[in-house]
Amino acid sequence: MLDATDISVCYEPHRILHGIDFHAAPGAVTAIVGPNGSGKTTLMRALTGETDYAGEVRLNNENIARLKPWELAAMRGVLPQATPLAFPFTVIEVVRLGLSRGVSAGNTDLIHRALARVDLSGFEGRFYQELSGGEQQRVQLARVLAQVWSPVEDGEPRWLFLDEPVSALDIGHQLQVMQIAHDYAAAGGGVVTVMHDLNLTAMFADSVALVSEGRILQQGAPEEVFNNALLSRAYHCDVRVNSAPSQGTFILPHAAKMAAE
Amino acid sequence: MTFLTHVMPDPALAGDRSQKARALSFALVFILFAAALLSLAIGASGTSLWDALIGLANGEALSARDRIVLLDIRLPRTVMGMLVGAALAVSGAVMQGLFRNPLADPGLVGVSAGAGLGAIVAIVLGGLLPATVAAMFGYYLVSVAAFVGGWLSTILLYKVSTRRGRTSVATMLLAGIALGALAGALQGVLVYIADDAQLRTLTFWGMGSLAGATWTKVIAAAPLILLALAIVPFLARGLNALALGEAAASHIGISVQRLKNTAILMVAGAVGAAVAVAGGIGFIGIVVPHLLRLMVGPDHRYLLVNSALLGAALLLIADVISRVIIAPAELPIGIVTATLGGPFFLWILLRQRGLLDM
Ligand SMILES: Nc1ncnc2c1ncn2[C@@H]1O[C@H](COP(=O)(O)OP(=O)(O)O)[C@@H](O)[C@H]1O
Ligand SMILES: [Mg+2]
Repeated sequence: MLDATDISVCYEPHRILHGIDFHAAPGAVTAIVGPNGSGKTTLMRALTGETDYAGEVRLNNENIARLKPWELAAMRGVLPQATPLAFPFTVIEVVRLGLSRGVSAGNTDLIHRALARVDLSGFEGRFYQELSGGEQQRVQLARVLAQVWSPVEDGEPRWLFLDEPVSALDIGHQLQVMQIAHDYAAAGGGVVTVMHDLNLTAMFADSVALVSEGRILQQGAPEEVFNNALLSRAYHCDVRVNSAPSQGTFILPHAAKMAAE
Repeated sequence: MTFLTHVMPDPALAGDRSQKARALSFALVFILFAAALLSLAIGASGTSLWDALIGLANGEALSARDRIVLLDIRLPRTVMGMLVGAALAVSGAVMQGLFRNPLADPGLVGVSAGAGLGAIVAIVLGGLLPATVAAMFGYYLVSVAAFVGGWLSTILLYKVSTRRGRTSVATMLLAGIALGALAGALQGVLVYIADDAQLRTLTFWGMGSLAGATWTKVIAAAPLILLALAIVPFLARGLNALALGEAAASHIGISVQRLKNTAILMVAGAVGAAVAVAGGIGFIGIVVPHLLRLMVGPDHRYLLVNSALLGAALLLIADVISRVIIAPAELPIGIVTATLGGPFFLWILLRQRGLLDM
């Protein structure tokens, strides 16, 4: 379980998060959605211990503030929203950075499997800095996957924390990456992911937290959270939630289009 | 280096340059060995290393003169050159990893200046210390003072140029200029109040040279430098991770704060000791790691060790050049490294222009 209670974050002089409660279960994909600047990345940073926060975050029943970086690294991998790289590493060298202490560099097998999973086989020798944005994002995902490859370790679930993992991707790779998240959860791991695309979220998330102005408006199943009133309130525009028989929920910025016509 | 192309790459390891890097380490050991022999063999006096070795092999004793030239003049100079070269090159590589930027260099960003200030304080004001304290430090007084000076300036530099885990290159270089100017001004004041004997020591020291190498100086610098070099293998994994940024490094299991503290101490120790005995020798710390990254990539597991080897070899070669180019007189080695390193540095700047505009 991931249980965050009463999380507040201040970047002086602004209070970014106001006492948030957030929960995620292993075996499920939990999405965080909300408008730009609402605090999704900041919440992610608190959940992963990257930023100072007030409140408590418990991961697999351990207070993350008490864990050493290497203990946390064995439990969860984190894909940041953007990852600049300082030196000209090759793709294979970047993915190898994710391998934990015990696992030696000799484990090239895992590197290749992670790269294949994100559809980048054959990119091993390319320089990371010379790849496109979407390719870089998938290399970073492969690095994170290599770090916590098996979703369950010693009976404990492991976790993926992904900040907008598909924002730079084409539609085919968006689906592929969401499938990776889904499969990781289906195999018993936990996935927490920040999303922009509400339709992809409706397709793949088991639980959604809607963030607005540093607060969670509601957390629950997508069918509960995605309703016209709540989304319109959060995004400050008229949004219509529809559902097609057998194809589930889809969301359109309906009224905006009609107003423009 | 043709031998590198003969290492057949395993197709499963495309993009993995570790084999190449290890092969390079081997080659560098030989190059360093050759440079050390050259450094022992060349000098103003007519003593020939070769003749001396043949003599020894035939059971003849060394003449008193040869013994002095080889064992008390050239050998300490060679050992000191290796120590100083390794210290400067590794410090450069570690600082570049820490600041996540290939332009960070102890000489450029004021760390050497800070260490120099520490050394000068010890030379000029050391006499004011109570005799018992001075005796406690003995030979090491100047080295320890240089270490403290280098340490304080590295910490200051890091605090000024890094905000929320991100280092601004522009701030780092500008802060380095400020630190260098400040240290220079304070040095000027100390030079002003120094007496004649101290002044001679200072002039000699300030030129940046291995010419004053003695066993005493080797002993003064060796412990700090060897200790710093011994720490280096423990930094490699962390510095690799740091290439992804501080947050990502922490997420893959690195204790970033500890890494930074250790790296800063290591740099200060190595640069402090090197500056204390050899003065300010520039460009080794930037040229060596850069060349190695071009050849075998930025993986610090190999970069740091290879930097030590290549730095040691290059400094010995520069020293040999400084001894022969205007023989029988001798050029300060700082002039040689600057003449070779300056243009190289400009070339790096040309290649990195995009990065600098960040
Ligand atoms: N390091 C920072 N310093 C100051 N303010 C920040 C910082 N990071 C984020 N913020 C502010 O916090 C708010 C939430 O940001 P963020 O969590 O990144 O939003 P998003 O939901 O788009 O991911 C924004 O108003 C942003 O300007
Ligand atoms: Mg964000």
